[in-house]
Formats: sequence, C-alpha cells, structure tokens
Amino acid sequence: MVIEEFIKKLETEFEDVQPGVLNPKTNFREIDDWSSMYALIIIALIDLEYGVTVKGEDLIKIETIQELFDFVKENS
Amino acid sequence: MSISSEIKAISYYLPDKRLTNDDLYEELGTLQPDEIYKRVGVRERRIRGNGEIGSDLAFKSSQLLFEEHGINKEEIDFLLFCTEGLDYKGPATACIMQDRLGLRNSIGAMDVPMGCAGFTNGLMVAKALIESGQFNNILLQTADIPSSVIHPNDMDLRMLFGDAGASTLISASDHYGIGHFVMGTDGSGSEKLIVRKSNTRTPVDVEWLKEHADVGGMVFGRMEMDGLEVFSFSMREVPQMVNQIIAKNEMDINDIDLFVFHQANAFILKMLARKMKIDPEKVYNCMEYVGNTVSASVPIALAMAKKDGKIKKGDKVLIAAFGIGFSWSGTILRY
Repeated sequence: MVIEEFIKKLETEFEDVQPGVLNPKTNFREIDDWSSMYALIIIALIDLEYGVTVKGEDLIKIETIQELFDFVKENS
Repeated sequence: MSISSEIKAISYYLPDKRLTNDDLYEELGTLQPDEIYKRVGVRERRIRGNGEIGSDLAFKSSQLLFEEHGINKEEIDFLLFCTEGLDYKGPATACIMQDRLGLRNSIGAMDVPMGCAGFTNGLMVAKALIESGQFNNILLQTADIPSSVIHPNDMDLRMLFGDAGASTLISASDHYGIGHFVMGTDGSGSEKLIVRKSNTRTPVDVEWLKEHADVGGMVFGRMEMDGLEVFSFSMREVPQMVNQIIAKNEMDINDIDLFVFHQANAFILKMLARKMKIDPEKVYNCMEYVGNTVSASVPIALAMAKKDGKIKKGDKVLIAAFGIGFSWSGTILRY
C-alpha cells in the first residue's frame, strides 16, 4: 500500500478537489470548502477500501494525510 | 399448525407545512439549496403544525389506514404506539389513543418509546404477539416530531429531519409474511445521538429556559447528534445485521428484491450499498420530499415503494433500521 494510491482515492471521492492538490503533508481540514461531509467521506472510503473502521474520536486526533495513511496502515 | 403473520396495510400522514431547501437557505444562509440536497438527499420536509404532536400525526395516519384499506377497527385486538415523544410520562399514550380511535376496551395497548429502529422493534413485538397465538390484529403506530427538539440554528439536523406519522396493520395469516428478526443494542452509544434536557434525568430548568428564551425555550429538549460517530456505527453494524438477517432466514443476498433501510440520510444509504456490494437500484430511497422521519421512515418507505411498483407480490424485502440508542433491528418481509 503506497500513499500516492491513497491520495488518488481521496481525490476521486472529494468531488470538488482537483487532482494534484493533495500531498502527504496536507492538513485535510484546510482543504478549500472543507466540511463535515468530507469527514464522512474519509470514514466511508477507509471502511470500503481498506476495511478499517475510523471512529469520530480517532479522526479528531488526525491532521494530515500522512497521519491518516499511517492510521490505516496500523489498523489494517 | 404454527401461525404466521403479515403486514396487511400501511398508511401514513404528513403534516401540511413544508420546509424547503430554499427556506433553510433564506433563514440560515449557511448552505446553498443544491448543496443541502447534495449532502443529505432531501429537498423538502414536513413540519408539524402549531401544537401538533406525534400522537396527532399517528391518529390521522390510523384514520387514513381505516379509510384507505377498509379496515374494521373492531377487529384490532392490540395497539402499539411507538414514538420518542410521548404525550405524558403517564398515562401511556397508547391508552389515550385507544379511546381517541374508538377501539374496543377489550384490547391491549402499550407504548414502545423507540426512535429510528422503532418500527422494526415494534414489528418484532407484533409478530411475537401474533405467533404466540395470543392476538390476531395488531395496530402499530409510529410517529415522531423531530422538529420539536431541533434548535432553529442547527442546520445539520434541520436539513435532515422531517415530522410524520404512520400506521401499520399486522395480522395473523397463512402466508409467512414476516421472517425471523435480528436485533442489536449498544447503549454505550447513547450520548452520540440524544435529546438533552428532555426528561427525568436532566429536566428543563430555569437556566435552560433563559438560555433558549430567544427560540421559545426548547421546552421539549434539544437533539444533539455526533454525525461522525453515528455514521461510523451505521457502517459497522448495518452490514453485519444484513448478513445475519439473511443467514437467519436461510437466504442468499441475491434472493432479496429490495432493501428498505431506515431513511437515515441519502449518503449513508449510498455508502451501505457500496459496502455490501448491493446494486444501488435495489436500495430504496424516498427521502427527497420527507427527509428522515425517525420511527415513521421504514413504513413510509414500504408504502411508497409499493405505490411506485418497486414492491410486487412475491417479492422478498429486507428491512433494517438503526440509530438512536444505539438500537438496530431488521427482518425479511415476503409480499
């Protein structure tokens, strides 16, 4: 599992985000138009693609895409 | 010979007042109408009239049930009234409803104070009452007025929920119409979706009324939802429940003609379909003009699906509801 692939999947799910905008250091809450909807999409994507359940309380502690990716790797 | 049970008829009642996405945008200015639709899949919800409460909507839905389906109310021998908003702490609203509907005195009448899973929980009780050989015709009323406990500035909840009442007649039958149930409970999630200041544990006090004086006091309490946790719970428990329902009823997922889930929000319905690899066409969604109507959502969806021609005679329909509690339950209906 590589982070580039993970980012690509996130960009596909975030309809309003252009490809190439996200990188491992991106704080996903600072994405333009960030809303609670994006948090739901993240939880859904990780569940569907990696079979990992992210609880709301886990997500609150995570800031960057790298940290999110590490969480998925540790729990899958 | 063992007795079976089936759903004989469903009618529902929606209050007159409509709350559109344009109305919400005009009032709160936070989300554009099309953005609201994109997020929750709702264009319009119905809102109770002044002083109108859950049992009023339930009463009207039962009047419609009797009229639309030519039901003789003398035949009803048990009444279940399901809501999260009872008339009083005592007496039971079901007792008041027996008198109001003019049902016989020689019937059982009990409240089922449950929310999102209220219909499926109530249906399980109805099946048990019939199949234990004790009663023949159960009237199950499910009605909720979530708008009464939503803060006017709470866009996340206002865009999602609508008020409604539904009545379902469940009867003893030779036809095996209601399958085995799977039920689940996780009270550790009780704080994730809760109506604060709504009853004995934390009654409304002067301070609360002062704090909410600008919006009429929030006298019924205030609903709070941790959307992420509720979503995460749904994605975790619902697919497991669906698999258990199918196994318990000795079927295959491909045997199911239609999936009628609690109409929580359109995004959850879409994601559940994806996770379970079900054709999205088989997951019924009727939220567009009613929203999430809590305990009334599944019977309204069943009635609409039948009217749409999505449910035909001979079909197997998996119903599953989940939410506040957390509580979840479901079964397979054979039409």
